[in-house]
Amino acid sequence: MSDKKLTLKKRLHILKHRFRGKKMAPAFNAIHTFLFAPDETTHSGSHIRVADDLKRTMNTVIMALIPVLVFSFFNTGYQHYSAINGFPDNFSLVNDFLNWDNFWLGFIKVMPLVIVSYGVGLLIEFIFAVIKGHEVEEGYLVTGMLVPLIVPIDTPLWMLAVAVVFGVVIGKEVFGGTGMNILNPALTIRAFLFFAYPTWMSGDKVWVQGAVERAGTPDAISGETVLGYLAQNKGDEMAYTVSDMFFGFIPGSVGETSVLLILLGGLFLVFTKIASWRIMVSAVIGALVMGLIFNGVVEAGWIGQSSGFYGLMSFEFWKHLLVGGLAFGIVYMATDPVTGSQTNRGKWIYGFFIGFISVMIRVFNPAYPEGVFLAILLMNVFAPTIDHYVVRGNIRRRLNRLKNATVLPTNSGEEAKELKVETI
Amino acid sequence: MSKDIRINKGLNINLVGAAEQTTSKAILSNVYAINLEDFHGITPKMLVKQGAEVKAGEPLFYSKDNSEMLFVSPVSGELVEILRGARRKILTLKILADKTQEVLETSPVSADADAVEIRQAILKSGCWPFIKQRPYDCIADPNATPKAIFISAYVTAPLAAEISYSLVGKEKEIQSALTALSKLTPGKVHVSVGKGVPSMFDKMKDIEMHKVSGPHPAGLVGTQINKIDPINKGETVWTVTPQDLVIIGEFLLTGIFNADRTLALVGSSVKKPKYYVAKIGSEIATFLYASGVKEEKIRVINGDVLTGKRSKPDGHLGFYNNTVSIIPEGDDYEFFGWNKPVFDKISITRALTFSWLQPNKKYDLTTNTNGEHRAFVVTGMYEKVFPLDIYPMQLLKACMVKDLDEMEQLGLYEVIPEDFSLTEFVCISKQPHQQIIREGLDLLQKEIG
Repeated sequence: MSDKKLTLKKRLHILKHRFRGKKMAPAFNAIHTFLFAPDETTHSGSHIRVADDLKRTMNTVIMALIPVLVFSFFNTGYQHYSAINGFPDNFSLVNDFLNWDNFWLGFIKVMPLVIVSYGVGLLIEFIFAVIKGHEVEEGYLVTGMLVPLIVPIDTPLWMLAVAVVFGVVIGKEVFGGTGMNILNPALTIRAFLFFAYPTWMSGDKVWVQGAVERAGTPDAISGETVLGYLAQNKGDEMAYTVSDMFFGFIPGSVGETSVLLILLGGLFLVFTKIASWRIMVSAVIGALVMGLIFNGVVEAGWIGQSSGFYGLMSFEFWKHLLVGGLAFGIVYMATDPVTGSQTNRGKWIYGFFIGFISVMIRVFNPAYPEGVFLAILLMNVFAPTIDHYVVRGNIRRRLNRLKNATVLPTNSGEEAKELKVETI
Repeated sequence: MSKDIRINKGLNINLVGAAEQTTSKAILSNVYAINLEDFHGITPKMLVKQGAEVKAGEPLFYSKDNSEMLFVSPVSGELVEILRGARRKILTLKILADKTQEVLETSPVSADADAVEIRQAILKSGCWPFIKQRPYDCIADPNATPKAIFISAYVTAPLAAEISYSLVGKEKEIQSALTALSKLTPGKVHVSVGKGVPSMFDKMKDIEMHKVSGPHPAGLVGTQINKIDPINKGETVWTVTPQDLVIIGEFLLTGIFNADRTLALVGSSVKKPKYYVAKIGSEIATFLYASGVKEEKIRVINGDVLTGKRSKPDGHLGFYNNTVSIIPEGDDYEFFGWNKPVFDKISITRALTFSWLQPNKKYDLTTNTNGEHRAFVVTGMYEKVFPLDIYPMQLLKACMVKDLDEMEQLGLYEVIPEDFSLTEFVCISKQPHQQIIREGLDLLQKEIG
């Protein structure tokens, strides 16, 4: 066995040298480094390096997403069959949810989304790497997993493919690839879908598998999201309990529903020190604060039951964390290090506004009662500005230090003098 | 009077192969070499021709920018080779040592000499290059007046030579060097030692003592400067290492340039890591093979594993180094190395890396980069190991895009490449931090300095 491995290793090594300098080298190297960590050694600076690389980092995020993906298989089936047969009276997790029918329906519906997302996205990454002659970067490994989890289940595959092309090319590659992009590519894809094909992205027909194709027939089914009910001031008609929302037995985008698993994923990312706990905590605080403000507005009587905003504004503030894509966005999207704030202080501000604005858009958006992806994209744009002011603080501290210092002359013999500082 | 400095951010890298506290005399080299690479930014003007005989301590060349700054030969012998590179740039001077060493003797410098006399004497003796300056990390400009002089006697770099062992018995030399240096600055001579351990500096005069504690890079002089008295724009500070104080001090006391050093030969590839006495410029093989090596493919490093310069077994001990590290080369592939659990390498994350379970385990690291070079992606990692009041990633980016204003505002003149050795070690994108800072400093010096 070990003999065989050795030959594979050697064979690939020889191939690598044969490809060196050729156009296809990045494509070959991408596959090679996937199989074997490269034989590269340090050539300048520190002679030793830590064990982590970008592949390992991205892989950790994917690991945190796997439970969410598996849950989405079951929930897709559960929502579909429940819409047809009605929700079970005495819900039993094993019999009603974790059964083969649910899993299989979800599996054959979700996996094509995953395959198209990865297939199209990675193909573009490879093409750009070959054209530009740089290595294939790992950024899309996470994006490719996020995309199928944040779209409605019945999103046509061609639509997803078009959106992925747009998101990867315009959202990332035109800026220079992974690490250079301003907007989160997965959210750019989501935003493209939302604005290009709005009828497929909202309403009560898109959240349950099969609802779109059955529309208008006697078998028609529908499923409204919790936020959808609230936006229409129909909160009373909603049958979902708080525990349904927390565990995720509700309609919604493919992977966004289970707050429990997202929470576990978030804790895993914080424990492995891959994602920023600062952003997660401050975003939760931001969402709670905005929710409290809305609750306060309702309590003060400034808004009556007739108002279109009543349903969402009166929704208890902490429940905002349990519904829609807020939890998913906070844990997996807001923490993207490339598009988020880069300074620790900036991360607090950045996260807070993501939570704050998410709930605000959610309440005030007449077309679509969800705002997480828009809030994160908006804050992506402002992240460099936040960092700019945080870094300015450091610069100002340095200038103040200089102002108070008696700077010695650089040449001996001269008198010591106060150095004038230009203010910026 | 002493002040305490506590460093919280950082990382101690525990490696296999620390030097045992015994010292041997290395066999004498046939050929000694001075690498001009050690003197960054110096353009040499030769004073002796190829084939000429020199005594130990006799000048070989001077700096083009300052004809008073002499560089001397560590041994007596014949200048057999002047190795030149592109555009006839001098790379290395090789001296074939005499069987009986002849030493250039000058008169000692009296204890009550004034600043001008001391400066002249040190310049002439060839000891001046031991004094480095910030900003720009180069040999100190003799015409400048430093705000203060900083000496770090607290060692935190992985496997680096223990000062308390290697410099024992040199108190007199160190004291005379400290006294002389204190006359060259209107400010203080700051000496930092480890907190809670007795040090040879405890009873010394003419210095300001600081007690430092915490993980690496607490022992780097740059960290200490940042905490004691950070450098402002327009200011200059000087730094000297304790092992170089010994050579300066011995010259002041005796008038002789003695290039002997007690160095630590360390690293997991060395069979018997221990201390050796050898002259600057000695061939590394003369003590390397006395201790023995374990592997065939080794990386020989002049200095510690984080900041040292790459060398070869037939390379020579650098001008500033008192540590020579030998670690295995890691030029091999690792099957699924990017996603399988890692127990035998250091990491500051827990992404299936388990070094956090055994904080005191000693590791045997190779030179493998454990991944490929990428753009900056992950944020907040450098800050965990970077205790200076500077934004490391922002400064690196400013250097990469050659934004002079930003480089200056973010504090480039406070740092030297070694301050970024630990951020480079933990970098997930495998960016060459020290090289980026070096190029940034060179640019800043050229444009503004």
